[in-house]
Amino acid sequence: MHTAAGVEARLPIRSDMDLVWVRQHVRQAAARLGFGLVDQTKLVTAASELARNTLVHGGGGLMEASHVVSGGVDGLRLAFSDSGPGIPDLDRALSDGYTSGDGLGMGLGGSRRLVHDFEVESAPGAGTTVRVTSWVTGPRHPRGGH
Amino acid sequence: MPEREAGGSLGTPTDEVRDFLRRRREQIAQRWADEPLFRTVFTVSRDEAVEAGKAVVDALAQVADAQRVEDPDAAGFSAVREQLARMGAARARAGLSPSQMAGELAALWPPVENLLVADLDQAPPQGLRECSTTLSVLLGTLRLVAMQTALSEGQALIDRQRLQLLEVATPVIKLWDGIVAVPLIGTLDSARSQVVMETLLNAVVEQHARFAILDITGVPTVDSLVAQHLMKTVAAARLMGAECVVSGIRPAIAQTIVHLGLDLGTVKTRASLADALGHCLHELGTNIVQASDSAGRR
Repeated sequence: MHTAAGVEARLPIRSDMDLVWVRQHVRQAAARLGFGLVDQTKLVTAASELARNTLVHGGGGLMEASHVVSGGVDGLRLAFSDSGPGIPDLDRALSDGYTSGDGLGMGLGGSRRLVHDFEVESAPGAGTTVRVTSWVTGPRHPRGGH
Repeated sequence: MPEREAGGSLGTPTDEVRDFLRRRREQIAQRWADEPLFRTVFTVSRDEAVEAGKAVVDALAQVADAQRVEDPDAAGFSAVREQLARMGAARARAGLSPSQMAGELAALWPPVENLLVADLDQAPPQGLRECSTTLSVLLGTLRLVAMQTALSEGQALIDRQRLQLLEVATPVIKLWDGIVAVPLIGTLDSARSQVVMETLLNAVVEQHARFAILDITGVPTVDSLVAQHLMKTVAAARLMGAECVVSGIRPAIAQTIVHLGLDLGTVKTRASLADALGHCLHELGTNIVQASDSAGRR
């Protein structure tokens, strides 16, 4: 079980400029927790994809970042939530190449491969929340179901 | 100026306020000149501050005359908007926060209120109260106008700097006959990638380039949107007869691209700018050979 140390930052996602701020914040938070360069880059890229989804498909929302600890391993959890139209078909949205906009369709499925834990909560009309977590040292953490 | 008849009945509050502002223009401006907002901005002479104060009083009177005391868009304010912006900018430079600025604007109210009360001391209390309320609403609107102006100035500055950054950050460098390079730095959002594409395509035409190198060493994050922009740029350059090489792919970026599942198979990539240049030179049939080390030995 994780012990969450509480939400440490709430960042609004309302414009392209906010995406820059999200990336910078995640990069700094990950570096502070001791993530290596590759893991930092992966998490920042995932955050960039998910934040853009929140902005483009969810019509804006916010990101909450929190420091979590599990079995003595530090992790960074990011939750992206919007109150947009929601995702009608989650399986299809997670498959590569499917897009409802004019992007490449790699955002959701791709970012799932960039982080250790990934969960989506969404219903049509009820908005979407995507929670991702990455751990400082991947192999030592029991990843369960991977 | 006609003097008010003692104990006479009042007109509508708005008209009374307008007449009061016109009647006491000089006194109000004199008192405002001592307030921080005017005193610290117009430092050359006190007369200058008084003149600025008169301009604001005139604007308020005009707004009252038009019966639009609650309307920040009233025509009367446009005459002083520029002056308010200058004052706001001066206070911001002096390090004042928006709330401190709002405080200084609020400080303009008591001197005028005192004058109004002194002026209408013969009037019925009900009428005086109404005039006082109207005047307070009018000065509230002035505050709003001043704050709006100050904030939109800030926004305009940010927009200008963003545009400057777009231009500054996309130089096209000629590396060799027929080879141009664009070092990309920072965030590659839609607006910037549009600028990059345009400058690159223009350079391809002007320099008769057969090769264009996009160096992403300075791009911290390559997500699917950035990749999409890169691929579009490469495709456009290809249509113009130039081959694009993307260089500066760092190890962390390479791993991320693979995990993300992006297919850059159609794009020629190299690890470093030097590798990319070597590739282009080779394709052009130009070989770089080490000069013989005979210079010293003969």
